[in-house]
Amino acid sequence: MTSEAAVSNAAASTKVKLSCRNVWKIYGENPAQFFDAGNGVVDTPQALADSIANNDHIVANADVSFDVHVGEIFVIMGLSGSGKSTIVRCISRLVEPTAGAILLDGEDVLKKSDAELIDIRRHKMGMVFQSFGLMPHLNVIENIAFPLKLQGIGEQDRYTQAERVIELVGLQGRESNFPNELSGGQQQRVGIARSLAVEPEVWLLDEPFSALDPLIRKRMQDEFLRIQSVLNKSIVFITHDFQEALRVADRMAIMRDGAIVQIGRPVDLILNPVDDYVREFTRDVPWESVLSAADVAEAVDGPVSGIGRIAADTPIDSLLSYLGDNADGVAVEAADGSIIGIARAANVVKALATGSGATPAVVRK
Amino acid sequence: MEGRLDHGVYQWLAIILITLGLIAAQPHIDWLTSYPKNLIVPFADWLNAMMDWLVTHLGWLFMGVSWLLEWPIKGVRIILQALPWLVTGFLICLVAFIASGWKLMLFTLASCLYMVIIGYWSESMNTLSLVAISVPMAILFGFGLGVWAFNSRQAERVIMPMLDILQTVPAFAYLLLILMLFGFGTVVGLIASVLYSFPPMVRNTIVGLRRVPAEVIESGLMSGATARQLFWQVRVPSSKRQLLLGVNQATMASLSMVIIASIIGGTADIGWEVLSQIRKAQFGESLLAGLVIALMAMVIDRVTSGLASQSGEYENRKGSQKLRQHSLMIAVGGGLAFYALAKLVPVLEVWPREMEFSPARSMNESLTYLIVNFRKEIEMIKTVAFFFVMLPTKIGLQGSISPFTWGFELQTWHSLAYATSMTVIGAICAYRFNPYIAIFVLLFAIFFYFGLTKMPWPSLVLIYSFAAWRVGGLRLGIGTFFGLGFIVVTGIWPEAMLSVYLCSIAVIISFILGAGLGIWAAGSDTVSAILRPINDTLQTMPLFVILIPFVMIFKIGEFTALLAIIAYAIVPAIRYTEHGLRNLSEGVIEAAEMMGCTKRQMLWSVKIPLALPVMMLGLNQTIMYGIAMLVIAALVGTNGLEQVVYIGLSDGNFGVGLIAGMALAIIAMIADRMTQAWSRNRQSDLDISVT
Ligand SMILES: Nc1ncnc2c1ncn2[C@@H]1O[C@H](COP(=O)(O)OP(=O)(O)OP(=O)(O)O)[C@@H](O)[C@H]1O
Ligand SMILES: [Mg+2]
Repeated sequence: MTSEAAVSNAAASTKVKLSCRNVWKIYGENPAQFFDAGNGVVDTPQALADSIANNDHIVANADVSFDVHVGEIFVIMGLSGSGKSTIVRCISRLVEPTAGAILLDGEDVLKKSDAELIDIRRHKMGMVFQSFGLMPHLNVIENIAFPLKLQGIGEQDRYTQAERVIELVGLQGRESNFPNELSGGQQQRVGIARSLAVEPEVWLLDEPFSALDPLIRKRMQDEFLRIQSVLNKSIVFITHDFQEALRVADRMAIMRDGAIVQIGRPVDLILNPVDDYVREFTRDVPWESVLSAADVAEAVDGPVSGIGRIAADTPIDSLLSYLGDNADGVAVEAADGSIIGIARAANVVKALATGSGATPAVVRK
Repeated sequence: MEGRLDHGVYQWLAIILITLGLIAAQPHIDWLTSYPKNLIVPFADWLNAMMDWLVTHLGWLFMGVSWLLEWPIKGVRIILQALPWLVTGFLICLVAFIASGWKLMLFTLASCLYMVIIGYWSESMNTLSLVAISVPMAILFGFGLGVWAFNSRQAERVIMPMLDILQTVPAFAYLLLILMLFGFGTVVGLIASVLYSFPPMVRNTIVGLRRVPAEVIESGLMSGATARQLFWQVRVPSSKRQLLLGVNQATMASLSMVIIASIIGGTADIGWEVLSQIRKAQFGESLLAGLVIALMAMVIDRVTSGLASQSGEYENRKGSQKLRQHSLMIAVGGGLAFYALAKLVPVLEVWPREMEFSPARSMNESLTYLIVNFRKEIEMIKTVAFFFVMLPTKIGLQGSISPFTWGFELQTWHSLAYATSMTVIGAICAYRFNPYIAIFVLLFAIFFYFGLTKMPWPSLVLIYSFAAWRVGGLRLGIGTFFGLGFIVVTGIWPEAMLSVYLCSIAVIISFILGAGLGIWAAGSDTVSAILRPINDTLQTMPLFVILIPFVMIFKIGEFTALLAIIAYAIVPAIRYTEHGLRNLSEGVIEAAEMMGCTKRQMLWSVKIPLALPVMMLGLNQTIMYGIAMLVIAALVGTNGLEQVVYIGLSDGNFGVGLIAGMALAIIAMIADRMTQAWSRNRQSDLDISVT
């Protein structure tokens, strides 16, 4: 698609940082019985998952595969119990996958020894937990410096480092408070700061903002994006909120019953949902503000002239009145000045129609 | 309510018929009344033989351990005795201040001054030195076992029943074991106290380590913790509060056991002081010494629980660190200054005998005055309780009604009238409430008529086992059957029934009174505020001390034991009832209010039924407290198992004492499991959960 290159996040490079390959996680008496090979590659994953579920086992993850690029924010959505937390726990090896591979910089995390794993967690991976997981006996600065303390870094050094991330999350002045003296939002910021203190390359966030009220959540999302624009990490971000996904995601995946249903840019999911389950997630999205001119532009051959020009990332809703008056439409221009295509009122209507769940009215001829 | 006649009711009726049949057959078949002597299994002899073997072959080992343990006790004792009371007192007050603030410090100061002025300082220090050694040992040992059980299910499966046994078998039963193995002396008290006080530490350790939220552990792992770091830097500190609660309980248990163990003598500590004064019938002195124990217990309890709750608050560390550094300086500086002062002013080092002030003599005099002048009233209370409550329960109306006691002869028509009226009451209960209440009434009527100790043992075993089965399931039923079977075949059934009889009366009275007070306290904040400190005091008071006032007035005997047990066992009944009533879900109460319940309806048909599971747990604790006190009450002359245990100890007959102790533990466990199961059933019926 032509539009993809134009809109994709300038920060996300094409280099793959983290990748899940056919990851399965089965809970039950004897999960191993279902897999001959450890790599999790099977011909018919859906059929296997069904037969496992019929065998009194719980399929928490079924054949999950995705890549996260350097600098990319990869969002996972899905109903409760669809296996989101499980897959990030598999990535961090807080739970051991039943089959499959987790590649970090091309190396399989699952094959690492305990010592190597500790090393990865100390230097390469950070995780933010849905319910914070702060140490109740440590104050803010000690909590944040805790991972550094475990590494054996001296008190002076670790506090200087912690001070730096405290500033990043805006908790200056609360250093000596204990978790039970902080609000939910502040506690979560401590959790975020702690996971950042070791400067991880991969950052896993499990519903980091879901405990917060809408206002604080909005502010935290802004802060999160600001932090990411500075630090440029590879991020897996779980959320229940499509609006949130829209704001932060470069790409996203929708999960159901442990399996991934669809992966793509948020707009792709809106415009081309593979099934009703996915459509359900995108239903209440105010599309006109999500779609940009590039998403609806129709490619043209040859040069365009005589019509107005507009930047590729212009939101559709700001174009509606112009398109209503100008039947010829508007030329959509990429950042380098080249023409992507022409957007007309008809293209907009069509784009809106694809995702709308409404049954088409019967029109008499 | 209509009576639902299900299976259980018919089975119960059958059992009642069997019981009546057995009672009818009793005069003709001897072994129904008493288990045949020649069939008694001589467990006691076997135990004694085992013990002899152990002492002759491994005695040196235990003696060696004993010799080793003597040293630290001696060391601490010498230090505590050598320090001027001013210095020790100052340090204790400082700890109290750090633990909880000014109020506790003043209380501690007053307690210390009391000990000094009354003249029991040195005895108190001897007790304290034993506690000071036993508590760290118990805590280390308990923590270690707790960690082990936390890590291994198998270990847990072995450790948990061991704890149950250690906490339910009366201390007197294993004091002798320790005495025989480790020899006479303070070490016995030390070991007994460690054995008795480490179980709560184990339990709290397991609970604490388990309760650490999964996310805290996971975030520890993600912070890159090694297994060891995860344990020591994440798990242990996050469960600090629960661990300190364990320390508090272990310390209290240790103190109470140190006091109990002084019954062996040779320790010159405060427990011994109380006992020997009681034996000399010097009640003023024993009460004053008992007060020392009570004060010590209260101070130790408040200090350790103060530390525990403080650590939960995690306030500003910088401030408290400063305080801690300062307090070390204050301790050293103040200690030295007071030491110098004490050296200059001899009174501050050792309080001279002439200056001791003891109101004991005048207390004794006024007591004598009281007893002489109110003899008639005291006698009357005793007689009424004895003839109309205790005797009938023990040997039945059938045995206790005579012209001498009740003023008339028991005629056949009396019995018939009793039987018919009880049946009618039963029928009314079955019709109006629930057939099980009717069964209960009938059983009670039978017990009361024939007497607990006169009932044929097979029918009692049957009744108890069946009840256990119905309430707690088949396993509990079978367990009860074999437990009681053990008591039968060891030939101590009669004594067991004497214990059950005394304890049952005490528990029933405690529970009724306690529940009443609890209901009252739940409705009135004033009553609640008055009862709370009394309950606190009774609960921290070593059991010995509770006996004293009752012995003073009512002399030695079962009635005194009964009163002492009630005084102690009433506490949980009050507490749990109030707690249960005060913590009902708001929604239900409001809904009931909207339906137009009167105050009385609200209490009886809404609140109490809902609070019943919690009250049942209170009953459970009432029974446990009752049994604990029963054991101690053996000192004032009872006749049950507890007396056998006590005699076993004083005669040096290890086997007999231990068997009786085990029998008591069996009874306690059956009662415990049954009431717990009952409470659980009610909870699931009501779809609520009680913690
Ligand atoms: N330890 C476990 N044992 C058994 N089943 C488990 C375990 N952990 C998770 N599951 C199951 O795996 C499935 C996926 O759980 P997971 O926590 O990944 O869901 P989720 O998508 O994160 O849900 P939520 O949005 O509610 O957090 C669920 O059905 C859950 O019951
Ligand atoms: Mg989850």
